[in-house]
Amino acid sequence: MLDAFTRIQLPLVGAAQPELPRSVGRWIQHSQGEIWFCALVFSAVTLLICVITLAEAHPLLQSGKTIKNINYQISANCSRLQNKVSGKSKRGAQFLTELAPLCRISSSDGEEYTIYSCIRGRLIEVNENILTNPALLQEKPSTEGYIAVVLPKFEESKSITQGLLTQKEYEEVLLKRRSSAS
Amino acid sequence: MSPLTEKDRPIIQLLLSTGTCPRCVLRFCCVGSQMLYRHPHEELLKDLQKFLRNSHEEEGSVCLDVSNPPCKRLRLEPGEEGASDRNCNVAIPHLPGNICNVCLGVLQEFCEAGFVKKVCQKVNSADYQFISFVFSVSLPPQLSVRERAAWLGVKQNLGLPFPEDDIIQLKEAYKWIIHPQLSEELGVPADGKVFFSAFFFLRHILSLLFLVLDSLFYFTLQSVFTRMAVIKALEKIKEEDFLKHFPCPPSSPKNHCDALEIQCNNGAVFVAGRYNKYSRNLPQTPWIIDGERKLESSVEELISEHLMAQFKADSFNFSSSGREDVDVRTLGNGRPFAIELVNPHRIHFTTEEMRRLQQAINDSSDKIQVRDLQLVTRSAIGRMKEGEEEKTKTYSALIWTDKAIQREDITFLDDIKELKLDQKTPLRVLHRRPLAVRCRLIHTMRSEYIDEHHFRLHLKTQAGTYIKEFVHGDFGRTKPNIGSLLNRTADILELDVESVDVDWPPTLAD
Ligand SMILES: [Zn+2]
Repeated sequence: MLDAFTRIQLPLVGAAQPELPRSVGRWIQHSQGEIWFCALVFSAVTLLICVITLAEAHPLLQSGKTIKNINYQISANCSRLQNKVSGKSKRGAQFLTELAPLCRISSSDGEEYTIYSCIRGRLIEVNENILTNPALLQEKPSTEGYIAVVLPKFEESKSITQGLLTQKEYEEVLLKRRSSAS
Repeated sequence: MSPLTEKDRPIIQLLLSTGTCPRCVLRFCCVGSQMLYRHPHEELLKDLQKFLRNSHEEEGSVCLDVSNPPCKRLRLEPGEEGASDRNCNVAIPHLPGNICNVCLGVLQEFCEAGFVKKVCQKVNSADYQFISFVFSVSLPPQLSVRERAAWLGVKQNLGLPFPEDDIIQLKEAYKWIIHPQLSEELGVPADGKVFFSAFFFLRHILSLLFLVLDSLFYFTLQSVFTRMAVIKALEKIKEEDFLKHFPCPPSSPKNHCDALEIQCNNGAVFVAGRYNKYSRNLPQTPWIIDGERKLESSVEELISEHLMAQFKADSFNFSSSGREDVDVRTLGNGRPFAIELVNPHRIHFTTEEMRRLQQAINDSSDKIQVRDLQLVTRSAIGRMKEGEEEKTKTYSALIWTDKAIQREDITFLDDIKELKLDQKTPLRVLHRRPLAVRCRLIHTMRSEYIDEHHFRLHLKTQAGTYIKEFVHGDFGRTKPNIGSLLNRTADILELDVESVDVDWPPTLAD
């Protein structure tokens, strides 16, 4: 199972009616306590749009790692690149569970990391820019180096927010892990 | 009585004898002369009786008042024989006080001067300004049944094959009679095209008629009362069944219709102008999420509450040439807007009164200001919407950068012309707009250096450009963006609309 926590930053530009505040962030914690993923959440009370990114603690963002390959082809007959949505209601989107892989990233040291959706919902888009410019992932992991955009079901939006932890809790988890490691 | 012909004789005979009013008789004789219906009720009755008597005395010879010579062929038809028989046991004289078995008094007492006076009193007490009117009537549903019964009765008894559609509609005849009277009393013309209308609701106590219909048409209790249900049922029922269950022509009612109520309604009027918004905490329209109000006021409310009070309207509809976000100010000459005022009581305003109204709006809030406030036509509002897509917009943005900037780092922005953007639908609006990449133009930019981390940027752009996203890049989804142009992380702190270049409504001199 994936556990998660949230961080809320005050948007630099206030909520634009009835649009969403720009930078409300929520970080997602991996089962073994590894905080590897982050969902930047755009929320308007009950509606969410989630931008999935790597969290600071992800091994790929630690010094010395070089990204060799990013692959959105997650199985023989499923590629996240084939995801096409249309209309206001975003018809045709692939449906993702929390554990659905978005892509696999391999580093030059031979490791391969699977990036999970972490959020149940429909896949709106994947970031194709990181295919041509993998460095974005490490240089700007929480903005231009995002992985994908996921739209949760309206009725699940609330439970998704409640399941996440705050930035403070995130930092506490990081601190605890560092102190227990040393 | 000029339009009546020999072939009308049996119809007149039959209907008068069953208690039909003279005006309904005229309708069933398909008389299309409006003037005739306006003759006093008693006079019409006398004329009809005279018409019958004359021909009776002259043994079916050509009637005095017949406009067209009687048709020989028609006289030889079998129906004529029956009609002649009836001529002998002449009609029971229709008494003026009787309630008509077809219209239930609609063409009787509801056409009288007393009733007209009552309507006008009601209209005047509602205190409306209007320059013309229409008077509409909502009739009890059972009138459709009586109408059908009368027609079937005529058809059955006289064997006359005239189509139901040729009968003058009750509503039509009623308007012919009532409109000139109301027009005189109210002092304005009756005009179907415009503005003021009074609706008049009539009701009739349910008679046995409906119980019969009920079993016959399998009405549910609720649908019995609606006009559509009755009309539908009448379409379905066979003529034989109808004749079996219902007296044709219909029997005389005990009660006439009651006037339930009179509703007045005035056509909408439109007010246009331009507004400035000086607050970063004020939405254009009420901001309500999940039934919960997020901010206490809005541009449309600050403007329209004054208009509603002055025009004494029931409600309003606000529209504008585009809109700004809640945290965006609108400066310069402001944004064109129009407000539809629904069912206003007051519609005449002088230029001076409009000026005072504008002043009252401006005096009541420092969050907004209004200019060029004026009365406009419905069609002129299209001009405002036309401009929305094509016209350019001018903005001013306060921008922050993570890495320090020097004056010369940003001057190159001033030289960029017609910069082409690829904008993916911003994440903040993705929940209500389709995902797409749109091409937009930044026509010109002008930078104003503030300090190492701040500068102001003036932009002239194509309508529909998302400025916030152009500044911060929206996860690299708007390309290029200020961040990518400066090779820094950039964010937007403030945004103002400096002008909306739509040349409507016309500018007014102060
Ligand atoms: Zn009548």
